[in-house]
Amino acid sequence: MVQLLKGETGEWEIVIGLEVHAQVSSEAKLFSSAATKFGAEPNSQVSLVDAAMPGMLPVINKECVRQAIKTGLGINAKINLFSVFDRKNYFYPDLPQGYQISQFKQPIVGEGFLEIEVSDGAKKIGIERLHLEQDAGKSIHDQHPSRSFIDLNRSGVALMEIVSKPDIRSGEEAGAYLKKLRSIVRYLGTCDGNMQEGSLRCDVNVSVRKPGEELGTRCEIKNVNSIRFVQQAIEYEARRQIEIIEDGHLINQETRLFDPNRGETRSMRSKEEAHDYRYFPDPDLLPLKFDDALVQAIASDMPELPDAKRTRFIEEYELSEADATLLVEERETAEFYEEMAAGRDKKLSANWLGTELFGALNKEGLSLAESPITAESLGRLIELISDGTISGRIAKDVFVDMFESGEDALDIVERKGLTQISDAGAILELVESVISDNASKVAEFRNGKDKLFGFFVGQVMKKSQGKANPKLVNNLLKDKLG
Amino acid sequence: MSSILDLDLASARSALQKKEVSAVELTETYLSVMSSNDHLNCYITSTPEKALDMASKSDHRINSGDALPLDGIPIAIKDLFCTDGVLTTAGSHILNGFIPTYESSVTENLWEHGAVMLGKCNMDEFAMGSANTTSYFGAVENPWRSDDRQKSPLVPGGSSGGSASAVASRLALAATGTDTGGSIRQPGSFCGIVGLKPTYGRCSRWGTIAFASSLDQAGPLTRTVRDAAIMLKAMAGHDPKDSTSANLQVPDFESALTNDVRGLRIGVPREYLLDGMPSEIEKLLETGIEMLRTAGATIVDVSMPHTKFALPTYYIIAPAEASSNLARYDGVRYGLRIEGDNLDDMYEKTRSVGFGAEVKRRILIGTYVLSAGYYDAYYLKAQRVRSLIKQDFDLVFDNVDVLLTPTAPSDAFAIGENDDDPIKMYLNDIFTVPASLAGVPAISVPVGLSKNKLPLGLQIIGKMFDEELVLRVGGALEGMAGFKSRPAGGA
Repeated sequence: MVQLLKGETGEWEIVIGLEVHAQVSSEAKLFSSAATKFGAEPNSQVSLVDAAMPGMLPVINKECVRQAIKTGLGINAKINLFSVFDRKNYFYPDLPQGYQISQFKQPIVGEGFLEIEVSDGAKKIGIERLHLEQDAGKSIHDQHPSRSFIDLNRSGVALMEIVSKPDIRSGEEAGAYLKKLRSIVRYLGTCDGNMQEGSLRCDVNVSVRKPGEELGTRCEIKNVNSIRFVQQAIEYEARRQIEIIEDGHLINQETRLFDPNRGETRSMRSKEEAHDYRYFPDPDLLPLKFDDALVQAIASDMPELPDAKRTRFIEEYELSEADATLLVEERETAEFYEEMAAGRDKKLSANWLGTELFGALNKEGLSLAESPITAESLGRLIELISDGTISGRIAKDVFVDMFESGEDALDIVERKGLTQISDAGAILELVESVISDNASKVAEFRNGKDKLFGFFVGQVMKKSQGKANPKLVNNLLKDKLG
Repeated sequence: MSSILDLDLASARSALQKKEVSAVELTETYLSVMSSNDHLNCYITSTPEKALDMASKSDHRINSGDALPLDGIPIAIKDLFCTDGVLTTAGSHILNGFIPTYESSVTENLWEHGAVMLGKCNMDEFAMGSANTTSYFGAVENPWRSDDRQKSPLVPGGSSGGSASAVASRLALAATGTDTGGSIRQPGSFCGIVGLKPTYGRCSRWGTIAFASSLDQAGPLTRTVRDAAIMLKAMAGHDPKDSTSANLQVPDFESALTNDVRGLRIGVPREYLLDGMPSEIEKLLETGIEMLRTAGATIVDVSMPHTKFALPTYYIIAPAEASSNLARYDGVRYGLRIEGDNLDDMYEKTRSVGFGAEVKRRILIGTYVLSAGYYDAYYLKAQRVRSLIKQDFDLVFDNVDVLLTPTAPSDAFAIGENDDDPIKMYLNDIFTVPASLAGVPAISVPVGLSKNKLPLGLQIIGKMFDEELVLRVGGALEGMAGFKSRPAGGA
């Protein structure tokens, strides 16, 4: 559904295109052997090539090429067996060569698409291209009153620029697109998707138009580094543009910056101030050529991607769409789930992972990888519930213990004597004692106050210290009170 | 002493291996004539201590029977090659004080073959020039003197002018140069020595300061064709650090020097005979043709129709690449920095002061031809024409084995003579630029003297990676021409 914004002159449609810069997961940089680890001492991962020393030459890192091909396959895109590296020329102190090696006219990956799920259903978002390019270094301006410092650790690190078509129509869709893209590159292991560390950065192109009209003039919002900020920036920018147009002015095509503190975008440079990058093919590098066999080899080694996994979860495990979507978003979650649910109740497993474990992890600020409860261990808890050893109610207490101690569920159940009472004779004794202790309530119930049934269940459970099999309790109470 | 200097590289090699002369002795001799010929300005930096150290190690290896192919041979290095721990300038002020921490692949290869470094040769700034008058470190003099201008110093050609003058003046046994549009061959011709531009990709470009990456190629300047073959063998080889370096075995070029040209088809492209060219150049070409025909080669009149577009094509592509290659000299990390009020001011001041007029001219041309709105008309069109020029060579080599042409349209001119007319200066490269654009190997061999008693060379151009035949024909021509004249200046 197209989300329309109301202005004074009617409704407006937002048209959004995203340019995502995804840092390639690789040991070495795109054209040098320097390391790429995040957070290293400034200028400790800089080769002669990265510092653009005189006479240095770039040599393509084949691993980065493989990662780009893999990503291309993951976004259903055409892989170009012939592509060209170009120089994008501009001066900046953190760009040592005075040019960025990028791909301009002939990128390694051509058109593709992503499927996103939004509140009103699924939607296909087109992808224009994916190309490989070098990252720049980092300028640091807050260390000295009059001087800037440069950290070249990032200089030359491989980036994939993934450009969407202007198919996105709302902040929600933009968020879903980014989540899906992030999920895919993480499944593929081609980018760690970490937006905080800058491994995934986003430029947002926004324009507005009256539905059905030609595309409006767009503004590009640079380097937005979280999904929430992308959505805020779109919202703000669309409102800003609508106001300008409704006031009778024109939109200036320009580059803008998003200020997360104020939640607004600010002009950075106008079209007139835009650089003339003087792209031309880099004569230090031969065109990038590989054969289809390489693409096939990479294709045959692809992991199951989130869309396929989601379909399988729904069909094979009979999970709801919502559960399946949640479970497949992160590869780690899906793998955790499959290990935990193997040979166990699928639906129950999904609930326990989604509600209990994630609830506890979120509360403690832990990731799934840091979970004190392993998949196998949580699976055994599910078994104990399924085979009636403990009730769901008791299971929650056991879970809390497990989360704190990392102890096995069965050990806790045995140590604490929490095994469910499923002996009908034992429960009947409890039921009868509750009935005789609460004669007046029994009378009220029999006079039609049905709501009291829960009270009797509670009393029996309390007497059993929660261990009575709830089903049996229910049945026996119905019998005796009936 | 002069007898040692008379030895060419091949003879010195044999004298060294036979221990008739020691590497230290030979090196000391060269160091001494270098210091007494400072006025030629061949060297920007001399490295006597390093030279003697390398020479004594050579002697040690020779004496222990482990001699390397070039052990004890004192050579000069164009100051475009980065040398570990030795000032490297590219003839420019912008690299002020730059001492690399790495060694270029070509020089590394030479040292691994036992060669001895005498010093770093003067050159046109960033290899941009045809007269060696654009160096921040001053013009280089040619040791030759014209008959009619006895007192006026002449240019050695460029951009490898320091290297060429050093070899011609006997201030080095051989030298490395680089050739982008003729920068080895034209100074070879002007100085009466041999200059070889190998096939693009034959020598690694790693560690050689870039001028125009798709054209730059290192090669030797030597006294004889044999010396060129020996030098190239040591300089060449595949280098994984240079993506454009050819993954081919390096042949034993010296063994190709059979002098036998019988049955070879030698093409003479008619487009290389220019209107208004001095008649002595045409006469020189006729002499060369006659010699090779006498020696049993078949001379074939051929046409290479796109030749006339080579020079304008070159002067678009080379500056375009240079404008980008030279962007790294920004005052931020190394070399010259002139402080400014802000970043842009620092850039402007540094690059204004650091680059000379010719370099600035080419950066401006290059920036212009790559600019939005001009790219298609200039750069893209030039690339298309370059393909046609390459095609001319492909087609002609279906018919002939090598080409014979003049190297340069004139003999050496006086320092300062063409400085105010860039176009006239650029015309020096008219015969050398086509082979550069095509990437094919070419050699200039001294064949005769002009009416001013100055050396003139002829150029042999061959197929891709066929340096062996280029050297063979060059060697035959050299033998028949018997060029024995010596310059008035030098040692």
